[in-house]
Amino acid sequence: MNAVLDLLAAIGRSLFAVLSAAGAVAIFAAVALSHVVRPPFYPRLLLRQVLDIGYFSLPVVALTAVFSGMVLALQSYTGFARFSAEGAVATVVVLSITRELGPVLAGLMVAGRVGAAIAAELGTMRVTDQIDALITLSTNPMKYLVVPRIVAATLVLPMLVLVADILGVLGGFVVGVFKLDFHPGTYMARTWEYLEFQDVFSGLVKAAVFGFIIALMGCYQGYHSKGGAQGVGAATTNAVVSASILILTFNYIITELFFAR
Amino acid sequence: MRETPKIRIRGLSKAFGPKRVLDQLDLDVPAGRGMVVIGGSGSGKSVLIKCILGLIEPDAGTIEIDGRNVLAMSRSDREAVNAQIGMLFQQGALFDSLPVWENVAFGLLARRMMTRRDARPRAVEILAQVGLGADVADLSPSELSGGMQKRVALARAIAARPDIMFFDEPTTGLDPIMGAIIDALIVEQVKRLGATAFSITHDMASAQRIADTVAMIHGGRIIWVGPAAAIRESGNPYVDQFVRGSSEGPIKMEVRR
Repeated sequence: MNAVLDLLAAIGRSLFAVLSAAGAVAIFAAVALSHVVRPPFYPRLLLRQVLDIGYFSLPVVALTAVFSGMVLALQSYTGFARFSAEGAVATVVVLSITRELGPVLAGLMVAGRVGAAIAAELGTMRVTDQIDALITLSTNPMKYLVVPRIVAATLVLPMLVLVADILGVLGGFVVGVFKLDFHPGTYMARTWEYLEFQDVFSGLVKAAVFGFIIALMGCYQGYHSKGGAQGVGAATTNAVVSASILILTFNYIITELFFAR
Repeated sequence: MRETPKIRIRGLSKAFGPKRVLDQLDLDVPAGRGMVVIGGSGSGKSVLIKCILGLIEPDAGTIEIDGRNVLAMSRSDREAVNAQIGMLFQQGALFDSLPVWENVAFGLLARRMMTRRDARPRAVEILAQVGLGADVADLSPSELSGGMQKRVALARAIAARPDIMFFDEPTTGLDPIMGAIIDALIVEQVKRLGATAFSITHDMASAQRIADTVAMIHGGRIIWVGPAAAIRESGNPYVDQFVRGSSEGPIKMEVRR
Protein backbone atom coordinates (compact mmCIF):
# COMPACT_ATOMS: atom_id res chain seq x y z
CA MET A 1 0.00 0.00 0.00
CA ASN A 2 2.80 2.38 0.98
CA ALA A 3 4.62 1.68 -2.28
CA VAL A 4 1.50 2.65 -4.26
CA LEU A 5 1.12 5.85 -2.24
CA ASP A 6 4.79 6.69 -2.75
CA LEU A 7 4.38 6.14 -6.50
CA LEU A 8 1.27 8.35 -6.61
CA ALA A 9 3.05 11.03 -4.59
CA ALA A 10 6.03 10.96 -6.98
CA ILE A 11 3.70 11.25 -9.99
CA GLY A 12 1.84 14.11 -8.29
CA ARG A 13 5.07 15.95 -7.52
CA SER A 14 6.27 15.60 -11.12
CA LEU A 15 2.91 16.73 -12.49
CA PHE A 16 2.88 19.70 -10.13
CA ALA A 17 6.44 20.66 -11.20
CA VAL A 18 5.48 20.48 -14.90
CA LEU A 19 2.32 22.57 -14.38
CA SER A 20 4.23 25.08 -12.27
CA ALA A 21 6.93 25.43 -14.97
CA ALA A 22 4.27 25.78 -17.69
CA GLY A 23 2.57 28.51 -15.66
CA ALA A 24 5.85 30.35 -15.16
CA VAL A 25 6.62 30.21 -18.90
CA ALA A 26 3.09 31.42 -19.74
CA ILE A 27 3.43 34.40 -17.37
CA PHE A 28 6.88 35.20 -18.81
CA ALA A 29 5.43 35.08 -22.34
CA ALA A 30 2.48 37.30 -21.37
CA VAL A 31 4.78 39.89 -19.78
CA ALA A 32 7.08 39.82 -22.83
CA LEU A 33 4.13 40.25 -25.22
CA SER A 34 2.76 43.14 -23.16
CA HIS A 35 6.09 44.92 -23.70
CA VAL A 36 6.07 44.38 -27.48
CA VAL A 37 3.56 47.19 -28.01
CA ARG A 38 4.78 49.59 -25.31
CA PRO A 39 7.69 52.02 -25.82
CA PRO A 40 10.60 52.43 -25.63
CA PHE A 41 11.44 50.33 -28.70
CA TYR A 42 14.92 49.24 -29.68
CA PRO A 43 14.98 49.02 -33.51
CA ARG A 44 18.79 48.75 -33.60
CA LEU A 45 18.68 45.68 -31.34
CA LEU A 46 15.80 44.19 -33.34
CA LEU A 47 17.80 44.54 -36.55
CA ARG A 48 20.81 42.88 -34.96
CA GLN A 49 18.66 39.95 -33.83
CA VAL A 50 17.12 39.65 -37.30
CA LEU A 51 20.65 39.28 -38.67
CA ASP A 52 21.80 36.90 -35.91
CA ILE A 53 18.74 34.67 -35.99
CA GLY A 54 17.80 34.93 -39.66
CA TYR A 55 20.75 35.71 -41.88
CA PHE A 56 23.33 33.65 -39.98
CA SER A 57 20.99 30.64 -39.79
CA LEU A 58 20.62 30.54 -43.57
CA PRO A 59 23.51 28.13 -44.30
CA VAL A 60 22.44 25.49 -41.78
CA VAL A 61 18.77 25.71 -42.78
CA ALA A 62 19.64 25.65 -46.49
CA LEU A 63 21.83 22.56 -46.19
CA THR A 64 19.21 20.76 -44.09
CA ALA A 65 16.49 21.57 -46.62
CA VAL A 66 18.47 20.58 -49.71
CA PHE A 67 19.53 17.19 -48.33
CA SER A 68 16.07 16.50 -46.89
CA GLY A 69 14.51 17.14 -50.30
CA MET A 70 17.11 14.92 -51.98
CA VAL A 71 16.69 12.00 -49.59
CA LEU A 72 12.91 12.34 -49.68
CA ALA A 73 12.87 12.02 -53.49
CA LEU A 74 15.13 8.98 -53.32
CA GLN A 75 13.15 7.23 -50.57
CA SER A 76 9.74 7.94 -52.08
CA TYR A 77 10.91 6.68 -55.45
CA THR A 78 12.15 3.34 -54.03
CA GLY A 79 8.92 2.97 -52.04
CA PHE A 80 6.48 4.01 -54.77
CA ALA A 81 8.24 1.93 -57.45
CA ARG A 82 6.82 -1.16 -55.70
CA PHE A 83 3.32 0.08 -56.59
CA SER A 84 4.26 1.57 -59.97
CA ALA A 85 3.48 5.01 -58.54
CA GLU A 86 6.83 6.69 -59.27
CA GLY A 87 4.97 9.64 -60.81
CA ALA A 88 3.87 10.77 -57.34
CA VAL A 89 7.44 11.50 -56.20
CA ALA A 90 7.38 15.21 -57.06
CA THR A 91 4.02 15.72 -55.34
CA VAL A 92 5.13 13.87 -52.20
CA VAL A 93 8.34 15.90 -52.04
CA VAL A 94 6.66 19.29 -52.36
CA LEU A 95 3.83 18.53 -49.92
CA SER A 96 6.14 16.95 -47.34
CA ILE A 97 8.59 19.84 -47.56
CA THR A 98 6.10 22.70 -47.42
CA ARG A 99 3.74 21.20 -44.85
CA GLU A 100 6.12 19.39 -42.50
CA LEU A 101 9.81 19.02 -43.17
CA GLY A 102 10.53 22.65 -44.05
CA PRO A 103 9.12 24.20 -40.87
CA VAL A 104 9.96 21.34 -38.49
CA LEU A 105 13.54 20.77 -39.61
CA ALA A 106 14.25 24.52 -39.86
CA GLY A 107 12.67 24.97 -36.42
CA LEU A 108 14.77 22.21 -34.86
CA MET A 109 18.00 23.43 -36.48
CA VAL A 110 17.36 27.03 -35.37
CA ALA A 111 16.42 25.80 -31.88
CA GLY A 112 19.84 24.17 -31.67
CA ARG A 113 21.72 27.15 -33.05
CA VAL A 114 19.79 30.18 -31.82
CA GLY A 115 17.87 28.88 -28.78
CA ALA A 116 21.10 27.69 -27.21
CA ALA A 117 22.89 30.96 -28.02
CA ILE A 118 20.09 33.09 -26.52
CA ALA A 119 19.99 31.01 -23.33
CA ALA A 120 23.78 31.11 -22.97
CA GLU A 121 23.98 34.87 -23.57
CA LEU A 122 21.15 35.82 -21.21
CA GLY A 123 22.28 33.21 -18.67
CA THR A 124 25.78 34.67 -18.60
CA MET A 125 24.31 38.16 -18.28
CA ARG A 126 22.21 36.93 -15.33
CA VAL A 127 25.04 35.29 -13.40
CA THR A 128 27.43 38.21 -14.00
CA ASP A 129 24.87 40.79 -12.76
CA GLN A 130 24.52 42.40 -16.21
CA ILE A 131 20.72 42.05 -16.09
CA ASP A 132 20.70 43.71 -12.64
CA ALA A 133 22.93 46.44 -14.08
CA LEU A 134 20.33 47.12 -16.80
CA ILE A 135 17.69 47.69 -14.11
CA THR A 136 19.91 50.13 -12.22
CA LEU A 137 20.41 51.99 -15.51
CA SER A 138 16.62 52.51 -15.85
CA THR A 139 16.38 49.91 -18.62
CA ASN A 140 13.74 47.20 -18.51
CA PRO A 141 15.48 43.90 -19.36
CA MET A 142 12.27 42.48 -20.83
CA LYS A 143 12.14 45.30 -23.36
CA TYR A 144 15.88 45.44 -23.99
CA LEU A 145 16.74 41.73 -24.09
CA VAL A 146 13.63 39.61 -24.49
CA VAL A 147 11.33 41.57 -26.84
CA PRO A 148 13.84 42.07 -29.70
CA ARG A 149 14.72 38.36 -29.69
CA ILE A 150 11.12 37.14 -29.61
CA VAL A 151 9.94 39.58 -32.30
CA ALA A 152 12.95 38.87 -34.53
CA ALA A 153 12.62 35.08 -34.27
CA THR A 154 8.86 35.21 -34.93
CA LEU A 155 9.40 37.35 -38.03
CA VAL A 156 12.42 35.63 -39.59
CA LEU A 157 11.52 31.96 -39.12
CA PRO A 158 8.80 32.14 -41.84
CA MET A 159 11.35 33.71 -44.20
CA LEU A 160 13.85 30.96 -43.41
CA VAL A 161 11.18 28.34 -44.01
CA LEU A 162 10.26 29.90 -47.33
CA VAL A 163 13.91 29.54 -48.35
CA ALA A 164 13.92 25.97 -46.97
CA ASP A 165 10.78 25.15 -49.00
CA ILE A 166 12.35 26.35 -52.24
CA LEU A 167 15.68 24.60 -51.60
CA GLY A 168 14.01 21.39 -50.42
CA VAL A 169 11.97 21.17 -53.62
CA LEU A 170 15.13 21.99 -55.58
CA GLY A 171 16.95 19.13 -53.83
CA GLY A 172 14.15 16.75 -54.82
CA PHE A 173 14.24 18.09 -58.37
CA VAL A 174 17.99 17.52 -58.68
CA VAL A 175 17.71 13.89 -57.54
CA GLY A 176 14.53 13.34 -59.59
CA VAL A 177 16.02 14.67 -62.81
CA PHE A 178 19.69 13.71 -62.61
CA LYS A 179 19.46 10.40 -60.75
CA LEU A 180 15.94 9.06 -61.30
CA ASP A 181 15.68 10.23 -64.92
CA PHE A 182 12.46 12.24 -64.60
CA HIS A 183 11.84 14.77 -67.33
CA PRO A 184 12.45 18.24 -65.83
CA GLY A 185 9.24 19.69 -67.24
CA THR A 186 7.15 16.77 -66.06
CA TYR A 187 8.72 16.87 -62.59
CA MET A 188 7.97 20.60 -62.22
CA ALA A 189 4.43 20.16 -63.57
CA ARG A 190 3.80 17.41 -60.99
CA THR A 191 5.27 19.67 -58.28
CA TRP A 192 2.80 22.47 -59.04
CA GLU A 193 -0.19 20.27 -59.86
CA TYR A 194 -1.33 19.41 -56.36
CA LEU A 195 0.32 22.24 -54.41
CA GLU A 196 -2.19 24.60 -52.77
CA PHE A 197 -1.78 27.93 -51.05
CA GLN A 198 -2.78 26.37 -47.74
CA ASP A 199 0.16 23.92 -47.90
CA VAL A 200 2.70 26.74 -47.95
CA PHE A 201 0.70 29.02 -45.65
CA SER A 202 0.33 26.37 -42.92
CA GLY A 203 4.10 25.85 -43.01
CA LEU A 204 4.72 29.57 -42.60
CA VAL A 205 2.26 29.80 -39.69
CA LYS A 206 4.08 26.88 -38.08
CA ALA A 207 7.39 28.67 -38.66
CA ALA A 208 6.18 31.85 -36.91
CA VAL A 209 4.96 29.81 -33.92
CA PHE A 210 8.23 27.83 -33.81
CA GLY A 211 10.24 31.07 -33.95
CA PHE A 212 8.27 32.44 -31.01
CA ILE A 213 8.78 29.19 -29.07
CA ILE A 214 12.54 29.07 -29.75
CA ALA A 215 13.16 32.65 -28.61
CA LEU A 216 10.74 32.36 -25.68
CA MET A 217 12.38 29.22 -24.28
CA GLY A 218 15.89 30.59 -24.85
CA CYS A 219 15.02 33.86 -23.10
CA TYR A 220 13.08 32.18 -20.28
CA GLN A 221 15.79 29.65 -19.47
CA GLY A 222 18.60 32.21 -19.76
CA TYR A 223 16.76 34.90 -17.80
CA HIS A 224 16.16 32.53 -14.88
CA SER A 225 19.50 30.75 -14.88
CA LYS A 226 21.52 30.69 -11.68
CA GLY A 227 24.53 29.03 -10.14
CA GLY A 228 27.39 30.16 -12.39
CA ALA A 229 28.76 28.23 -15.36
CA GLN A 230 26.89 25.04 -14.47
CA GLY A 231 23.61 26.95 -14.31
CA VAL A 232 24.23 28.56 -17.69
CA GLY A 233 25.01 25.13 -19.17
CA ALA A 234 21.79 23.69 -17.73
CA ALA A 235 19.80 26.67 -19.07
CA THR A 236 21.25 26.12 -22.55
CA THR A 237 20.37 22.42 -22.54
CA ASN A 238 16.88 23.08 -21.17
CA ALA A 239 16.25 25.77 -23.78
CA VAL A 240 17.06 23.44 -26.69
CA VAL A 241 15.25 20.41 -25.27
CA SER A 242 12.09 22.28 -24.23
CA ALA A 243 11.93 24.22 -27.52
CA SER A 244 12.36 21.00 -29.54
CA ILE A 245 9.59 19.21 -27.61
CA LEU A 246 7.27 22.20 -27.92
CA ILE A 247 7.99 22.48 -31.65
CA LEU A 248 6.97 18.85 -32.20
CA THR A 249 3.88 19.27 -29.99
CA PHE A 250 2.70 22.47 -31.67
CA ASN A 251 3.48 20.97 -35.08
CA TYR A 252 0.81 18.34 -34.43
CA ILE A 253 -1.65 20.88 -33.02
CA ILE A 254 -1.30 23.26 -35.99
CA THR A 255 -1.49 20.39 -38.49
CA GLU A 256 -4.70 19.28 -36.78
CA LEU A 257 -6.11 22.81 -37.01
CA PHE A 258 -5.29 23.16 -40.72
CA PHE A 259 -5.86 19.74 -42.16
CA ALA A 260 -8.16 17.73 -39.86
CA ARG A 261 -11.26 16.57 -41.73
CA MET B 1 15.24 69.58 13.73
CA ARG B 2 17.00 66.44 12.46
CA GLU B 3 17.77 66.27 8.77
CA THR B 4 15.77 63.68 6.79
CA PRO B 5 18.07 60.79 5.90
CA LYS B 6 18.72 60.22 2.21
CA ILE B 7 17.88 56.55 2.72
CA ARG B 8 15.77 55.38 5.64
CA ILE B 9 15.22 51.67 6.20
CA ARG B 10 12.80 50.30 8.78
CA GLY B 11 11.95 46.74 9.75
CA LEU B 12 13.48 45.26 6.60
CA SER B 13 13.18 41.47 6.52
CA LYS B 14 14.08 38.91 3.88
CA ALA B 15 14.23 35.14 4.12
CA PHE B 16 15.23 32.54 1.54
CA GLY B 17 13.36 29.41 2.55
CA PRO B 18 14.12 28.76 6.21
CA LYS B 19 17.19 31.05 6.17
CA ARG B 20 16.42 34.51 7.53
CA VAL B 21 18.97 36.83 5.91
CA LEU B 22 17.60 40.24 6.99
CA ASP B 23 15.70 40.41 10.27
CA GLN B 24 13.84 43.65 11.06
CA LEU B 25 16.82 45.72 9.93
CA ASP B 26 16.79 49.49 10.61
CA LEU B 27 19.30 51.94 9.09
CA ASP B 28 19.55 55.65 8.24
CA VAL B 29 21.97 56.84 5.57
CA PRO B 30 22.61 60.58 5.94
CA ALA B 31 22.59 62.75 2.81
CA GLY B 32 25.91 63.74 1.26
CA ARG B 33 27.93 61.32 3.38
CA GLY B 34 29.69 58.06 2.75
CA MET B 35 28.28 55.09 4.65
CA VAL B 36 29.92 51.68 4.52
CA VAL B 37 28.19 48.55 5.79
CA ILE B 38 30.67 45.92 6.90
CA GLY B 39 29.98 42.31 7.75
CA GLY B 40 31.16 38.78 7.17
CA SER B 41 30.40 36.60 4.17
CA GLY B 42 26.73 35.60 4.16
CA SER B 43 25.77 38.29 6.65
CA GLY B 44 23.20 39.83 4.29
CA LYS B 45 25.17 42.80 2.90
CA SER B 46 24.48 41.97 -0.74
CA VAL B 47 20.81 41.21 -0.06
CA LEU B 48 20.52 44.57 1.72
CA ILE B 49 21.96 46.55 -1.21
CA LYS B 50 19.84 44.57 -3.72
CA CYS B 51 16.70 45.31 -1.68
CA ILE B 52 17.48 49.04 -1.74
CA LEU B 53 18.11 48.94 -5.50
CA GLY B 54 14.86 47.06 -6.13
CA LEU B 55 16.61 43.95 -7.43
CA ILE B 56 15.20 41.77 -4.63
CA GLU B 57 11.76 42.19 -3.11
CA PRO B 58 11.90 42.13 0.69
CA ASP B 59 9.33 40.20 2.74
CA ALA B 60 8.58 43.13 5.07
CA GLY B 61 9.68 46.64 5.97
CA THR B 62 10.04 50.01 4.27
CA ILE B 63 12.82 51.67 2.29
CA GLU B 64 12.50 55.42 1.87
CA ILE B 65 14.66 57.42 -0.54
CA ASP B 66 14.26 61.17 -0.05
CA GLY B 67 11.26 60.43 2.17
CA ARG B 68 9.37 58.29 -0.40
CA ASN B 69 8.81 54.58 0.17
CA VAL B 70 10.30 53.00 -2.95
CA LEU B 71 8.74 49.61 -2.19
CA ALA B 72 5.24 51.06 -2.69
CA MET B 73 6.08 52.81 -5.98
CA SER B 74 4.85 51.93 -9.47
CA ARG B 75 7.46 50.57 -11.90
CA SER B 76 7.73 53.89 -13.74
CA ASP B 77 8.21 55.85 -10.50
CA ARG B 78 10.81 53.33 -9.45
CA GLU B 79 12.63 53.78 -12.76
CA ALA B 80 12.61 57.54 -12.14
CA VAL B 81 14.22 56.96 -8.74
CA ASN B 82 16.78 54.62 -10.33
CA ALA B 83 17.65 57.44 -12.74
CA GLN B 84 19.25 59.29 -9.80
CA ILE B 85 21.22 56.24 -8.71
CA GLY B 86 24.64 54.98 -9.80
CA MET B 87 25.78 51.46 -8.99
CA LEU B 88 29.20 49.84 -9.11
CA PHE B 89 28.80 46.06 -9.12
CA GLN B 90 31.28 43.71 -7.47
CA GLN B 91 32.49 42.21 -10.76
CA GLY B 92 31.82 45.36 -12.79
CA ALA B 93 28.86 43.83 -14.68
CA LEU B 94 29.95 45.55 -17.90
CA PHE B 95 27.91 44.65 -20.97
CA ASP B 96 30.31 42.48 -22.95
CA SER B 97 28.33 42.90 -26.18
CA LEU B 98 29.05 46.65 -26.18
CA PRO B 99 32.31 48.58 -26.53
CA VAL B 100 33.64 50.48 -23.53
CA TRP B 101 32.26 53.88 -24.58
CA GLU B 102 28.73 52.50 -25.02
CA ASN B 103 28.96 50.91 -21.58
CA VAL B 104 29.89 54.27 -20.07
CA ALA B 105 27.19 56.15 -21.99
CA PHE B 106 24.53 53.44 -21.54
CA GLY B 107 22.53 55.32 -18.90
CA LEU B 108 22.70 58.58 -20.89
CA LEU B 109 21.40 56.86 -24.01
CA ALA B 110 18.80 54.77 -22.17
CA ARG B 111 17.34 57.88 -20.50
CA ARG B 112 17.43 59.79 -23.81
CA MET B 113 19.73 62.38 -22.22
CA MET B 114 21.76 62.69 -25.43
CA THR B 115 22.16 61.28 -28.93
CA ARG B 116 24.69 58.58 -29.86
CA ARG B 117 26.69 61.21 -31.75
CA ASP B 118 27.08 63.34 -28.60
CA ALA B 119 27.38 60.39 -26.21
CA ARG B 120 30.73 59.13 -27.47
CA PRO B 121 32.80 62.29 -26.73
CA ARG B 122 31.00 62.58 -23.37
CA ALA B 123 31.93 58.95 -22.57
CA VAL B 124 35.58 59.71 -23.41
CA GLU B 125 35.46 62.71 -21.04
CA ILE B 126 34.08 60.53 -18.24
CA LEU B 127 36.70 57.86 -18.91
CA ALA B 128 39.35 60.57 -18.45
CA GLN B 129 37.85 61.37 -15.02
CA VAL B 130 38.62 57.81 -13.91
CA GLY B 131 42.11 57.87 -15.40
CA LEU B 132 41.47 56.06 -18.68
CA GLY B 133 42.48 57.32 -22.12
CA ALA B 134 40.40 57.63 -25.26
CA ASP B 135 42.24 54.59 -26.65
CA VAL B 136 40.13 52.21 -24.54
CA ALA B 137 36.79 53.65 -25.74
CA ASP B 138 36.39 51.25 -28.64
CA LEU B 139 37.76 48.17 -26.89
CA SER B 140 35.56 45.36 -25.64
CA PRO B 141 35.35 45.03 -21.83
CA SER B 142 36.95 41.57 -22.09
CA GLU B 143 40.11 43.19 -23.47
CA LEU B 144 40.63 45.17 -20.24
CA SER B 145 42.39 44.17 -17.00
CA GLY B 146 40.34 43.79 -13.79
CA GLY B 147 41.39 47.21 -12.53
CA MET B 148 40.50 48.88 -15.83
CA GLN B 149 37.13 47.12 -15.91
CA LYS B 150 36.44 48.47 -12.43
CA ARG B 151 37.30 51.99 -13.60
CA VAL B 152 34.98 51.64 -16.60
CA ALA B 153 32.23 50.39 -14.28
CA LEU B 154 32.85 53.43 -12.05
CA ALA B 155 32.72 55.70 -15.12
CA ARG B 156 29.35 54.13 -16.07
CA ALA B 157 28.07 54.64 -12.52
CA ILE B 158 28.95 58.36 -12.44
CA ALA B 159 28.03 59.17 -16.07
CA ALA B 160 24.49 60.40 -15.37
CA ARG B 161 25.66 62.46 -12.33
CA PRO B 162 23.71 60.44 -9.75
CA ASP B 163 22.50 61.67 -6.35
CA ILE B 164 23.19 58.37 -4.66
CA MET B 165 25.98 55.96 -5.46
CA PHE B 166 26.12 52.32 -4.42
CA PHE B 167 29.30 50.29 -4.30
CA ASP B 168 29.24 46.51 -3.91
CA GLU B 169 32.64 45.31 -2.65
CA PRO B 170 34.51 47.85 -4.82
CA THR B 171 37.97 46.39 -4.18
CA THR B 172 37.17 42.68 -4.54
CA GLY B 173 39.55 40.90 -6.91
CA LEU B 174 42.03 43.80 -7.06
CA ASP B 175 45.57 43.96 -5.73
CA PRO B 176 46.05 46.33 -2.74
CA ILE B 177 47.50 49.14 -4.86
CA MET B 178 44.71 49.03 -7.44
CA GLY B 179 42.22 48.74 -4.57
CA ALA B 180 43.58 51.94 -3.06
CA ILE B 181 43.44 53.67 -6.46
CA ILE B 182 39.79 52.66 -6.97
CA ASP B 183 38.94 53.83 -3.45
CA ALA B 184 40.62 57.20 -4.09
CA LEU B 185 38.65 57.54 -7.34
CA ILE B 186 35.42 56.70 -5.54
CA VAL B 187 36.05 59.34 -2.85
CA GLU B 188 37.05 61.93 -5.47
CA GLN B 189 34.03 61.31 -7.71
CA VAL B 190 31.51 61.15 -4.86
CA LYS B 191 32.88 64.43 -3.50
CA ARG B 192 32.79 66.05 -6.95
CA LEU B 193 29.15 65.03 -7.47
CA GLY B 194 28.14 65.88 -3.88
CA ALA B 195 26.45 62.48 -3.81
CA THR B 196 25.48 60.16 -0.98
CA ALA B 197 27.59 57.00 -1.08
CA PHE B 198 26.44 53.64 0.24
CA SER B 199 28.95 50.81 0.11
CA ILE B 200 29.18 47.25 1.37
CA THR B 201 32.51 45.56 1.92
CA HIS B 202 34.42 43.18 4.12
CA ASP B 203 37.70 44.91 3.25
CA MET B 204 38.46 47.02 6.34
CA ALA B 205 41.23 49.03 4.66
CA SER B 206 38.81 49.98 1.88
CA ALA B 207 36.04 50.78 4.40
CA GLN B 208 38.27 53.19 6.27
CA ARG B 209 39.32 54.94 3.08
CA ILE B 210 35.84 55.59 1.70
CA ALA B 211 33.59 55.82 4.78
CA ASP B 212 32.44 58.73 6.89
CA THR B 213 30.17 56.38 8.82
CA VAL B 214 30.46 52.63 9.28
CA ALA B 215 27.62 50.25 10.14
CA MET B 216 28.07 46.59 10.96
CA ILE B 217 25.55 43.95 9.93
CA HIS B 218 25.35 40.65 11.78
CA GLY B 219 22.53 38.15 12.12
CA GLY B 220 20.42 40.14 9.67
CA ARG B 221 20.48 43.34 11.76
CA ILE B 222 22.63 46.44 12.08
CA ILE B 223 24.42 45.93 15.38
CA TRP B 224 26.63 49.03 15.42
CA VAL B 225 26.80 52.40 13.69
CA GLY B 226 29.51 54.96 14.29
CA PRO B 227 32.07 57.28 12.72
CA ALA B 228 34.71 55.54 10.62
CA ALA B 229 37.44 57.11 12.72
CA ALA B 230 36.05 55.46 15.87
CA ILE B 231 35.72 51.94 14.57
CA ARG B 232 38.78 50.63 16.40
CA GLU B 233 37.36 51.92 19.69
CA SER B 234 33.77 50.81 19.11
CA GLY B 235 33.46 48.90 22.36
CA ASN B 236 31.39 46.35 20.47
CA PRO B 237 32.87 42.83 20.66
CA TYR B 238 31.48 41.88 17.22
CA VAL B 239 32.99 44.95 15.56
CA ASP B 240 36.27 44.46 17.43
CA GLN B 241 36.53 40.85 16.25
CA PHE B 242 35.72 41.82 12.65
CA VAL B 243 38.20 44.71 12.62
CA ARG B 244 40.92 42.50 14.10
CA GLY B 245 40.05 39.69 11.70
CA SER B 246 40.23 37.22 14.55
CA SER B 247 38.67 33.75 14.62
CA GLU B 248 38.19 34.16 18.39
CA GLY B 249 35.14 36.10 19.49
CA PRO B 250 31.36 36.17 19.42
CA ILE B 251 31.10 35.77 15.60
CA LYS B 252 31.02 32.08 14.76
CA MET B 253 31.40 31.27 11.08
CA GLU B 254 29.58 28.24 9.74
CA VAL B 255 32.39 25.79 9.05
CA ARG B 256 31.66 22.12 8.47
CA ARG B 257 34.42 19.70 9.34
